[in-house]
Amino acid sequence: MTVRVGPWSVRLAPRALLTCAALLAVLCVVSVAALSTGEFTVPVPDIAHAVFGQGTPVAELIVSRLRAPRVVTGLLVGAAFGVSGAIFQSLTRNPLGSPDFIGFTAGASAGGIVAVVAGGTAAQIAGGALAGCVVTALLVYALAFRRGVQGYRLVLVGIGVNALLVAANSYLLTRANINDAATAGAWLTGSLSGRGWDHAIPVALALAVLLPMCAAVARPMRMIEMGDDAARAMGIRGEAVRAVAITAGVLLSGVATAAAGPVVFVALAAPQLARRLTRSPGVTLGASALMGAVLLTAADLAAQRLLAPTQLPVGVLTAAIGGTYLALLLRKDRR
Amino acid sequence: MASAGRLARLTGSARLSGSDLTLAYDRRVVATGLDVAIPDASFTVIIGPNACGKSTLLRALARMLKPRTGAVHLDGSVITSLPSKEVARRLGLLPQGSIVPDGITVADLVARGRYPHQRLMRQWSKADEAAVAEAMRATDVTELADRIVDELSGGQRQRVWLAMALAQETPILLLDEPTTFLDISHQIEVLDLCADLHEAGRTMVAVLHDLNQACRYATHLIVMRDGEIVAEGDPAEIVTPDLVRSVFDLRCEIIPDPQSGTPLVVPMLANRTRRRVATSA
Repeated sequence: MTVRVGPWSVRLAPRALLTCAALLAVLCVVSVAALSTGEFTVPVPDIAHAVFGQGTPVAELIVSRLRAPRVVTGLLVGAAFGVSGAIFQSLTRNPLGSPDFIGFTAGASAGGIVAVVAGGTAAQIAGGALAGCVVTALLVYALAFRRGVQGYRLVLVGIGVNALLVAANSYLLTRANINDAATAGAWLTGSLSGRGWDHAIPVALALAVLLPMCAAVARPMRMIEMGDDAARAMGIRGEAVRAVAITAGVLLSGVATAAAGPVVFVALAAPQLARRLTRSPGVTLGASALMGAVLLTAADLAAQRLLAPTQLPVGVLTAAIGGTYLALLLRKDRR
Repeated sequence: MASAGRLARLTGSARLSGSDLTLAYDRRVVATGLDVAIPDASFTVIIGPNACGKSTLLRALARMLKPRTGAVHLDGSVITSLPSKEVARRLGLLPQGSIVPDGITVADLVARGRYPHQRLMRQWSKADEAAVAEAMRATDVTELADRIVDELSGGQRQRVWLAMALAQETPILLLDEPTTFLDISHQIEVLDLCADLHEAGRTMVAVLHDLNQACRYATHLIVMRDGEIVAEGDPAEIVTPDLVRSVFDLRCEIIPDPQSGTPLVVPMLANRTRRRVATSA
């Protein structure tokens, strides 16, 4: 399907558009449900009033101060994980090439744990996670580099580094005192509980810079999936595009982990789920972002309500929901 | 008589040429001091034994490999000084070993050939549509448009890749061993298609393995050995038993191809085979 206006034209796949619209609708429903329900129910019509500061003080406190930042953080973190996963899966041409498998998330965890053990504030823990992610990415890239970076090498090196970091993280936890270990342990499963605007805003700012960067390289990235020579023949400089994409992808997963902890599976599952729903060739960034946001907000809602009043960390649910759904889709694929 | 390549260099009728090229991968030097010119509107075939540097030369001409010394010129400019997308509108390449993206349809893959002509806000013009339709028609893949590329046969898939390169609408098209992994009928099919494209006015450059096919289709032959060009020109003039022996280390007889009249290389029988044939006769 092509939309042409004067000299401009945009090419759209109807099924991809439809999928994105549906995901957006689901996202709205989940967000409203998350804002409305809980120990104190705010009727749906009152949510708008509360958001715009015209509701009752109680509703305003609950919606704007407690629930909205959590929903917004979940949405942004989910989108960041989704896009980051799509970038690395595209670059490595491998679903296993997502940041939670090739060590980036484990690197962020290591940074976070070090900050926890050192008695850091929430901001310092977030900074430690981001730094850990970037350092790990540089390490993996340097180890995998040989006349450019080949996908399978990056995955293999990443899996190796990941294993090392997981071991290091366990070691760090055994050395920590019991309180720090408990804090770090909770952070390690990935959680959105108690997230305020001071968590949401940095992620929003990062996304505002990084997502346009990703959009700019989305088309050349798709061409690089055909091989560097094929892309070069079309006038694309593979290494330059990869450098931008990797930078954006690493920072996205770093920022996301800093805000919510290493929530597993979203980066792996979101692009694959989106690809199967849109039936697009290869993974796509936009649909992956939406799918990531839906996955994480829905998982967080379920984590809060399923066993209420017990609250589960969202990481437990993303693995359960994403994993089940992906297994079902793969099963359908095979037929 | 000056060869067509040298003639082209002298008269300047070669849009694509390389001078004093040293080609190397890391520390392994493949060729030094290569001078080459692709005569305009020719069907140039580069041939030579394995590892003679023919694909390396093609890759250098297509700016896939930066020469250590010397330069490749396109339309009088050093090719690497031109914007890469600009080059991609003049010179196309069908590389070896391209990867088919998961689940892509034939039409979508061919459409990717339009990338150099597109911008973020001009993704699919009428010209793009026409070029893709024409490329699919020329390669006879129109009926396959909605099929998944992964599910096609090797011959069909190679035609689809060729269609993608055609959709790029470049006046010069480079092909790196386009017939590898194809059975004989598909090889001829692809080469006939290249000949048609040459007839239609394109400059074609291909690396081939089969000397007889090269003689039949090339208007200009470049013969390489150990990183050097040992002969170039019209196949009918340059392909001799001596050349084949010195380049491929093969003793042969050369007869006119009964179909095309071009040189046909017939290898000599080895002595023990000769005896076997004689006893059975």
